[in-house]
Amino acid sequence: MRPVSFFGGDPFRELRRLQDEMDRLAGAFAPAGGLAAAGFPAVNLYAGRDGIAVVAELPGVEAGDLEVHAHQDTLTIAGTRRPAAERAEAYHRRERRSGAFSRTVQLPFRVDPDRVEARLEDGVLRLSLQRPEEDKPRRIAITG
Amino acid sequence: MPETPTTTGPSGGTEADRVRAAQPQGTERTRDRPVYAPRVDIVETEDALEILADMPGVTRDGVEVTLEQRVLSLRGRAEVSVPEGLAPLYLEYEPGDYERSFTLSDAVDPGGIEARVRGGVLHLRLPKAGPAKPQRIEVKAD
Repeated sequence: MRPVSFFGGDPFRELRRLQDEMDRLAGAFAPAGGLAAAGFPAVNLYAGRDGIAVVAELPGVEAGDLEVHAHQDTLTIAGTRRPAAERAEAYHRRERRSGAFSRTVQLPFRVDPDRVEARLEDGVLRLSLQRPEEDKPRRIAITG
Repeated sequence: MPETPTTTGPSGGTEADRVRAAQPQGTERTRDRPVYAPRVDIVETEDALEILADMPGVTRDGVEVTLEQRVLSLRGRAEVSVPEGLAPLYLEYEPGDYERSFTLSDAVDPGGIEARVRGGVLHLRLPKAGPAKPQRIEVKAD
């Protein structure tokens, strides 16, 4: 779905609506109370002409427990966060969710799945996604 | 205690619903960044109480843990950087700093508190105080 608006209005409204739909679907099948139901992780997307940057907060998730892949114009961030304690009785307070999570995010355009750069540092995941060469906007020469 | 999940809601769901840190009424913060109360797990083991607080973007240099009059305060200042040269497309959360305080019971030995930061999580270990030493009270004769 390509958000396009020639006559004003919010071109990204469609993107947000699609994202809400996707989250709703994912949440409907997720075990209650877990990370997946919460739409974890929250993401921030930044876009330019040639690529997209994604920032997400995943405190306490190890790099080995995290998977990132891009396919066409969607991005999936999935993994597991381990609980603080094994036994439920040991908790005085439990606010940090744990367990498996998987979040699929709609992108405004296709990206190259083989050129995804990912870096996890201090609980912050930063991704860099590139547009395939053939998709990059070309400057059209005007004759006359 | 487990939270009641919501199955629908704005993108990002409950994880993106951050709780702002408490602030004395009528005061303002000097920094122009939101301050959140980090989510915590408090776990009791045989000889200690452990606190884990989610503070993504916070490193050892950005953390401050203080204990004053049995009030344990956790503060974390996050390294926030926005990707350069790109326009924001879709923002679900606003990064910020973290602050939260707890009142400790006498069961904790304040001298033995250990703290470390890893993967954006602050780990605190609060050893339980040993059994109270019996106090011998001397009785003077008149």
